[in-house]
Amino acid sequence: MSMPVLFFYLYAGAAIAAAVMVVFARNPVHSALFLILVFVNAAGMFVLMGAEFLAMILIVVYVGAVAVLFLFVIMMLDVDFSRLREGFLEYLPFGLLIGFIFLAELLLLAGGWVITPTVTKTITAPIPAGVSNTEALGLVLYTRYIHYFQISGMILLVAMIGAIVLTLRHKKSVKRQNIAEQNARTKEAAMAIRQVKPGQGLSDSDAAEWVR
Amino acid sequence: MNFETAGYSLQPILPELVLVIGAMLLLMLGAYRGQRTTGLVTTLAVVLLVATGALVLMLPAGKLVTFGGSFIVDDFARFLKVLALIGSAVTLVLSAEIMANPTRRMFEYSILVLLSSAGMMLLISAGDLIMLYLGLELMSLALYVVAASNREDAKSNEAGMKYFILGALSSGMLLYGASLIYGFTGTVQFAGIAAAAKDGNIGLVFGLVFLLAGLCFKVSAVPFHMWTPDVYEGAPTPVTAFFASAPKVAGLAIFTRVTLTAFPGIVPQWQQIVVFVAIASMALGSFAAIGQKNIKRLMAYSAIGHIGFALVGLSAGTVEGAQGVIVYISIYVAMTLGAFSVILAMRRNGLHVENISDFAGLSRTNPLLAFFFAMLLFSMAGIPPLAGFFAKFYVFMAAIKAGLFALAVIGVVTSVVGAYYYLAIIKVMYFDEPAPGIDRVRLELRGVLAIAGLFNMLFFIYPAPLVNAATAAAKSLF
Repeated sequence: MSMPVLFFYLYAGAAIAAAVMVVFARNPVHSALFLILVFVNAAGMFVLMGAEFLAMILIVVYVGAVAVLFLFVIMMLDVDFSRLREGFLEYLPFGLLIGFIFLAELLLLAGGWVITPTVTKTITAPIPAGVSNTEALGLVLYTRYIHYFQISGMILLVAMIGAIVLTLRHKKSVKRQNIAEQNARTKEAAMAIRQVKPGQGLSDSDAAEWVR
Repeated sequence: MNFETAGYSLQPILPELVLVIGAMLLLMLGAYRGQRTTGLVTTLAVVLLVATGALVLMLPAGKLVTFGGSFIVDDFARFLKVLALIGSAVTLVLSAEIMANPTRRMFEYSILVLLSSAGMMLLISAGDLIMLYLGLELMSLALYVVAASNREDAKSNEAGMKYFILGALSSGMLLYGASLIYGFTGTVQFAGIAAAAKDGNIGLVFGLVFLLAGLCFKVSAVPFHMWTPDVYEGAPTPVTAFFASAPKVAGLAIFTRVTLTAFPGIVPQWQQIVVFVAIASMALGSFAAIGQKNIKRLMAYSAIGHIGFALVGLSAGTVEGAQGVIVYISIYVAMTLGAFSVILAMRRNGLHVENISDFAGLSRTNPLLAFFFAMLLFSMAGIPPLAGFFAKFYVFMAAIKAGLFALAVIGVVTSVVGAYYYLAIIKVMYFDEPAPGIDRVRLELRGVLAIAGLFNMLFFIYPAPLVNAATAAAKSLF
């Protein structure tokens, strides 16, 4: 067995085992940590395929941002996960049935695996010689696939508008910082200088003005 | 490294560019000037949609392809883009009053409708699987937000949440299917898939099944229809009118384009799927609507049924079939927008009423409204000589010509069953004891209702323009 194959089985096996644990772990924090393990193993498989850029993106975006966000949400929301799982056994037979159907379909699929002769020609987009994977992606992402890139940007814009529309509430009771107003304050408006006589202190009227 | 700009003309995509740039400018206007600009933004949004439609029609004739084949403008795309834009513009007109209501006003609604329309246009013109997915997401993401746009209403929130979660699931299925198709054909372009998919490889068929499952969800065809009644009922009524019109056009358009241009080599494989979906949708749409008390839920089941009828045309897999789909969806949009203008007009003391019993005796309290609504319902039931009859006629003729006799017979039977609940509403309006009268109907609702109603009643006199345009559009797919 050659080294890449060995590592493929290592990563694939670990990914599947970790994915199973995501579902079965009792503690939701453990689930999230197993999810990170799945991502790391998937990144390893990307490296084996020669897609090092995707592997790094997977680590940076999914492990670094998404999974950590998950962890934060789990820790901050006081959700009783054991109660959410109450119906688990009840639905298990149905879930297993669907799982078996999918498995049977996948086996059928594997049995029917015949690559069309034309595929081998089209499937490998020409990667220019002497250019790394990341560089090759960069060469086409903003040129040949600029329209996909821009439309993805539009989708993110919609997501942003949606998040603001659905969550932003202007409450009267919230005190907001108004920097312009702060900067516009003059010395006269903000300060009062009093000559305090020794042994007397400020008079009540002065104090009232001071507090104001 | 040199980059070929030859296949990357921006001209075919000009209407979409104008639409999204206009939407962003209006967003700036609203963001800087506050909610008091809601009325202005809505008006400008309608103007922008009309201008975009005009630009679509002004593009040079023939088939324009850009972005290396991932964006196609042919007669099919032109026709359905204009139809989707009409749907969006009319729903904005219908919702103008509610969205400008000082307590609920929200300029973002118009912006989201504009961006969703841009997604629909990209979807209709998609020439490969990536463009299909991006267009679909741009369209749907805005829809999820507008479904939940009434934040104070728990039902609206539920509708948005339900739609979002099920939509994400269906996107997952669609992507799984797309990746299988890519794996077995080696290309994401519809033309390339068509060239590689001649032998009906079982892996490819699996990919096709998942892809169609995702698309069925978007057009709310059985068995992926479960979200429809809850979302239709929970979302604010103008939003429901929007859901029922333009996104359905875009969804059916891409359904038709994918099956006919990417998989013409394996018609028997997808034909049985579409036939099953059509029969199930027609049957469920007809039977499940009978017990409904809420008019919006009833419209949801009615929409499911209508999508089933439209898919009858598609299952023929011929030029006549595609033409039938296009005619059906055009007439469906007219009927739906008319019906929703009636539902929006049903207000007592400023509050919307949604129960079918609220329509009781409408013929005596507001005879003109009742008459137009009755005509629209007759049309939906498919009673000649109204437009709805011709819509069904074209799809059933296509099915019979393609030898799908059983499908056509089931279609006719379910349309008879469906007629029962449409007629039941007419009975409530004309023969029941009158409920208290409704508020004065606003001008824009009257206008939309009059145009939709007259279109439905007078279509049989001069059907040629629509039918000829649909024929040209259908031919451009083959």
